[in-house]
Amino acid sequence: MPKLTIDGKEIEVAEGLSVLQACELAGVEIPRFCYHDRLSVAGNCRMCLVEMERAPKPIASCAMPVGEGMVIKTDTDKVKKARNGVMEFLLINHPLDCPICDQGGECDLQDQAMAYGFDRSRFAENKRAVTEKYMGPLIKTIMTRCIQCTRCVRFATEVAGVEQLGLVNRGENAEITTLEQAVASELSGNLVDVCPVGALTSGPYAFVARPWELRKTDSVDVLDAVGSNIRVDARGREVLRVLPRLHEGVNEEWINDKTRHACDGLSRQRLDRPYLRNGAGRLEAVSWSVAFKAIAERLKGVPGERVAAIAGDLCDAESMLALKDLMAGLGSANLDCRQDGALIDPSCRAGYLFNTTIAGIEQADAALLVGTNPRWEAALVNARLRKRFLQGNFGVGLVGQPVDLTYPYDYLGAGPETLSAVAEGNGAFAEILEKAQRPMLILGMGALARPDGAAVLAAARAIAERYGMVPSGNGDDGWNGFNLLHTAAARVGGLDLGFVPGDGGRDIEGIYQGCEDGAIEVLYLLGADELKIGRLGEAGKGPFVIYQGHHGDAGAHRADVILPGAAYTEKNATYVNTEGRVQLARLATFPPGEAREDWTILRALSEVVGQRLPYDNLGQLRQRLIEVNRVFAAVDQIEPVAWGAFGTPGRMDPAPFVSPIGVFYMTDPISRASETMAQCVEAFSLGVRKGVTGTHG
Amino acid sequence: MLQDKDRIFTDLYGQQSWRLEAARKRGDWDGTKDLLLKGQDWIIDEMKKSGLRGRGGAGFPTGLKWSFMPKQSDGRPSYLVVNADEGEPGTCKDRDMMRHDPHKLVEGCLIAGFAMRAVAAYIYIRGEFYREAENLQGAIDEAYAAGLIGKNACGSGYDFDVFVHRGAGAYICGEETALIESLEGKKGQPRLKPPFPAAVGLYGCPTTVNNVETIAVAPEILRRGVSWWTGLGRPNNTGTKIFSISGHVNKPLNVEEEMGIPLRELIDKHAGGVIGGWDNLLAVIPGGSSVPCLPAAICSNILMDFDSLREAQSGLGTAAVIVMDKSTDIVDAICRLSHFYMHESCGQCTPCREGTGWMWRVMTRLVRGDAELDEVDTLLDVTYQVEGHTICALGDAAAWPIQGLLRHFRPEVERRIREHKQSRAAAE
Repeated sequence: MPKLTIDGKEIEVAEGLSVLQACELAGVEIPRFCYHDRLSVAGNCRMCLVEMERAPKPIASCAMPVGEGMVIKTDTDKVKKARNGVMEFLLINHPLDCPICDQGGECDLQDQAMAYGFDRSRFAENKRAVTEKYMGPLIKTIMTRCIQCTRCVRFATEVAGVEQLGLVNRGENAEITTLEQAVASELSGNLVDVCPVGALTSGPYAFVARPWELRKTDSVDVLDAVGSNIRVDARGREVLRVLPRLHEGVNEEWINDKTRHACDGLSRQRLDRPYLRNGAGRLEAVSWSVAFKAIAERLKGVPGERVAAIAGDLCDAESMLALKDLMAGLGSANLDCRQDGALIDPSCRAGYLFNTTIAGIEQADAALLVGTNPRWEAALVNARLRKRFLQGNFGVGLVGQPVDLTYPYDYLGAGPETLSAVAEGNGAFAEILEKAQRPMLILGMGALARPDGAAVLAAARAIAERYGMVPSGNGDDGWNGFNLLHTAAARVGGLDLGFVPGDGGRDIEGIYQGCEDGAIEVLYLLGADELKIGRLGEAGKGPFVIYQGHHGDAGAHRADVILPGAAYTEKNATYVNTEGRVQLARLATFPPGEAREDWTILRALSEVVGQRLPYDNLGQLRQRLIEVNRVFAAVDQIEPVAWGAFGTPGRMDPAPFVSPIGVFYMTDPISRASETMAQCVEAFSLGVRKGVTGTHG
Repeated sequence: MLQDKDRIFTDLYGQQSWRLEAARKRGDWDGTKDLLLKGQDWIIDEMKKSGLRGRGGAGFPTGLKWSFMPKQSDGRPSYLVVNADEGEPGTCKDRDMMRHDPHKLVEGCLIAGFAMRAVAAYIYIRGEFYREAENLQGAIDEAYAAGLIGKNACGSGYDFDVFVHRGAGAYICGEETALIESLEGKKGQPRLKPPFPAAVGLYGCPTTVNNVETIAVAPEILRRGVSWWTGLGRPNNTGTKIFSISGHVNKPLNVEEEMGIPLRELIDKHAGGVIGGWDNLLAVIPGGSSVPCLPAAICSNILMDFDSLREAQSGLGTAAVIVMDKSTDIVDAICRLSHFYMHESCGQCTPCREGTGWMWRVMTRLVRGDAELDEVDTLLDVTYQVEGHTICALGDAAAWPIQGLLRHFRPEVERRIREHKQSRAAAE
């Protein structure tokens, strides 16, 4: 632990820190542009210069490791002059277009110019101008504003793992460019965040709002099962943008492009009033009471076993519990929250969680990915895997579709046969797993959402047990390397509160069959859109479908009654991420029109159908949630889960595993409604570049 | 004046063959094995005692630099890198050495590489030096064939390889860490220090980067003995040095001379004097384009070595003496240098990237006098804002010529501004 003196104050800091970090610990703020906690050190902006005793020149504090007995001065005239000088240099070629710059109000350069800038310019020459670069539909570039800090280059190459950005030319002519390619990374939106100036700004958000006009709400993302911590910025009734919020355990400070940019889908295709299918087979806008009455009438005299409910991927725990309680009141055990048909065994919690935790990936020394493409299913889990890979000595094996994961891996095979081979200890990768101290296995939904899913799950469990991935209970460190990677934000919550078939109840496949053979008369879809809608039968012939949700998507299309609900930004709600981390989403804007928070709809409906739910406010409902499962009491905490038996060993179909996500940018009703996501599909999946005609110049 | 018997570079002018046979006659590769057998520590010790200072410009003690290399490998190999990317304007000493006497360098590589326990030497030669690279490669091939380098070099039991790598002509690649980056196949941009190359250098391994001349003189120092070397020059500025004399002299040339020779003697004796006589001298840039110029008055009695020139607020640099007589537009000359540094700035760090362009633009106006008087102070202030605040020394190199100009020729600069103002006023 080296001891050093900073501005006359002695401080002892950990080995390996930089002087800049030590200064921060000592409470001395050091201005910086190129330095970023999570990126490699470039030391090129020279803003963080400080004076060090016995050094002839000021040193870049970001790049200087601390040493015993260093004497650092940050408040001398020399330091002040150096900083003012750098500031002046940065500003001579920086346009003074702050009033029309989207970074205005949250710009590092602007802020630091207030502290270190000069109030007039001594630069009497012409300013440099740089042509704009194309970086795809999400990133708008105004490269004249660039200060060449190379944060974006380092983010792209290090975190995102795409070597598309670079600094070309030299001297004054140095430019950041992608050579006119769209940045093909699902994390590209973060480039805008790391840019300290207005050179890279958000394309869809261009000229939309000023930061001080926005109402900021801390929340969590639900478009995948990672549960990224986000900040929702809204003005009036509209969510204008989504930004990442720091959470070391989950998303660090990054979010994926869908999380960030699908928010324009929140104001399109919305269900803002109840609808009822009329005699002519058309959906007709009605009042809440008419809709409720129609449901009550249809339910009259229908025995419980002829009623079923399916919860979708974006549902919060509160509404799922309310629906579960309502179904219990109606006497139905036909519930399922696994709308993709994944044969997850709900009996053992360790059997459906990402037990290693996302941060825990950094402790692993080998990983076996089965039937998953984490890059698309959980981009930030993939970013952690890459981070772990960069630390070295990390073997990755993949069974499933061979895709570009941004880090190299051993491709073992496509399907269950390979899995069996690994389970038997065959192949080179089995040796890597054997030798690893902390091996992990990530099982994707692509391996479970198939008829032999239960057998695959059992095989995966066998692998985990064989290679010592799971706690044996006799004095090991409790390492649990068995992981399920969910794709639905609602899934773990649903499993935790038991939104699964009760005794004698039908699971999703059973419900489909019931719909087909007429055994199910009333079907309640709580935000369920990723269904095999065709198997529900046609409206008027098949079962009576009640759809409660926020977007006019597949479920609403088939529905007989539509009850407009709230999207994740419009309710105070509980979600459980793939790690089993309970997190709270908060209301940022109110639901549009007559739409209501989901649990209140169920509460109101319960009264009309004569099964009054015993909670009148969110507090009581959350109390009930904790009664059902104590995990809901521990918000943002991860507790080790006991290992147990799950899965059903059996014959596996040799068909290859296929990832459930075909197109990253469109996986749910919100992103399907988003115009920005449509542009991404066009640019990245179809390879179309807007405005490029071949003769465009 | 240096006597012929004390010359190291006896074929600097290419009057003899550069090949091995001729080189051997000149004394190269003589008893190299015995030198090696005296051991690494002896070599480094002798180099320390000789007081040889790096010939690339900074003048860092060579023996000390070699001693920074790890004595025990941690599994990584060590490398010697020879900086033959001679790009400093005015400098052409390494070029002649490699063209006419390349075996000196090859032998030096072996001895220096052996001393620092390196497995190989990489000679990074400037891309424009095509013939030089050919000769150098020829010499290396000869040395391999004669068993002087390669496996069991000179029969010493030490294995040592020498490779030539041709650069692409960027000035910044002469900076040692940028050179390493370039050698690794990356864009030539200086690295942050620490870590220094001796800890993390080429391919992440311990590396020492030395100038061609530094390496080439090492065998002779060891052969003839430290006392011979220290008997030349002044204390702390020992030995001989090749001076490249260019500009307004009657006979521009490279010449090996004793350190500390008076500048006037150097020019008069070897370069045939200043064109039009000593009184016609305006200024001299004594050490390559990056050091501040000296006016004639100081030139008359300055000694050419590190310490003496530093006292005069200039530097020995690469010992490239650029002579300018009174026909020179000194402001324009320095302006041209500013343009060079702007053009060669790598653009990595802020002060140099932005500052070099700013300085050049102001300089172009100062050439015409199209400026305000207070802009001279602004310009000087800008040079101080660049100097010492950059990753590498290019920022300093860009600032110093202007500082030198304003230190010694400020009246001339201000005269132009006043005259320009007057002519403008007259025109109106």
